[in-house]
Amino acid sequence: MTNLFGTNLHLPEGYMAGIAMHEMSLCESILQVLEQQAEAQQYSRVKTVWLEIGALASVETEALRFSFDVVVQGSLAEHAQLEIIEVPGQAWCMPCGCNVVVQQLYDLCPHCGSHQLQVNSGDQMRIKELEVE
Amino acid sequence: MCGVCGCGEGHSHSHDHDHEHPHDHEHHDHDHHHDHDAEHAHAPGLSQKRMVQIEQDILAKNNRYAAENRSYFGERGMLVLNLVSSPGSGKTTLLTETIVRLKEDLDITVIEGDQQTTRDAERIRATGVPALQINTGKGCHLDAHRVGHALETLQPKNHSLLFIENVGNLVCPSAFDLGEAHKVVILSVTEGEDKPIKYPDMFHAADLMILNKTDLLPYLDFDTEQCIQYAKQVNPRIKILSLSAKTGEGMDSWLRWLKAELELQRIDYA
Repeated sequence: MTNLFGTNLHLPEGYMAGIAMHEMSLCESILQVLEQQAEAQQYSRVKTVWLEIGALASVETEALRFSFDVVVQGSLAEHAQLEIIEVPGQAWCMPCGCNVVVQQLYDLCPHCGSHQLQVNSGDQMRIKELEVE
Repeated sequence: MCGVCGCGEGHSHSHDHDHEHPHDHEHHDHDHHHDHDAEHAHAPGLSQKRMVQIEQDILAKNNRYAAENRSYFGERGMLVLNLVSSPGSGKTTLLTETIVRLKEDLDITVIEGDQQTTRDAERIRATGVPALQINTGKGCHLDAHRVGHALETLQPKNHSLLFIENVGNLVCPSAFDLGEAHKVVILSVTEGEDKPIKYPDMFHAADLMILNKTDLLPYLDFDTEQCIQYAKQVNPRIKILSLSAKTGEGMDSWLRWLKAELELQRIDYA
């Protein structure tokens, strides 16, 4: 693995540096998991990584794809394909007493307009499965 | 190699350093180690594609360190607050003004997170309490691992108050649990009332919002009621305090909140 934040790294124009750095450190965490699992699961190459990313997880998937390709250079996951499964946001509406779909944390209940919502799905960031050899 | 977490074996340090040459060298050694392991597993006959179920949270590692920090704080009956905001909201001034008012009664320590410089830690130390600066370099947030190491250096006392002043950033620190009792988000009235809905993750993650620099309200078009409504829309449970760290107006409620929260941490539950 090369120096991930080395001086030769140039982010494309238009990326807010702070946000891209966030996805970059998430990708470092992903790579750590892939490396840790390599021994236990007896693999030497990772071909595909399936991620489950919630709509409310504050992850920019395009920045994540870009960062992933940079971070895995020279590692066991170099050239691995990233498959992102997007999970919709869901919250429990207290006045309605049922689950509703939300796109953003500040959304109101689509039925009653209340903001008494408790997010119960869609904030996850998980590595689901891998294709390895 | 660190006795607590065994971090010398991982990559977790690699993004934290200002990549001086000697460091790079050291990390290359680690990298070789990993590559070697990977090659070792590559035995003839095994190189077939197959699926592996992982089902692991991407932030699982950070969350494990955060859980360790939380039990460290719990055993010592400490109150630990993670202060988050955009740059320039007045976090450090709020801290120094808070410390000056509480340091005679309470043991206080501070962890300062900034990308560069030790200016904030110096401002805190000038009040007479111990402060440790963590420079995240190009990193945009503090993580639980680095906070754990800061504790080894700071050695906070039992029943003390620890403030962690995070990197000025309303985006990334929301996702990284440090083991704190509460995230406290500070918003200054010069920033505009729509910040809670522009950066909803942070306001969703916080338990308390402090509306700072209220002494400037007469000169601004800031709509306080609207701001509070936005914050509650994103997080119905959030508590809100208005104050001016500069004039001291409203500081009393904040100090009472701190003392009450510390008292809760001191309770020995069965």
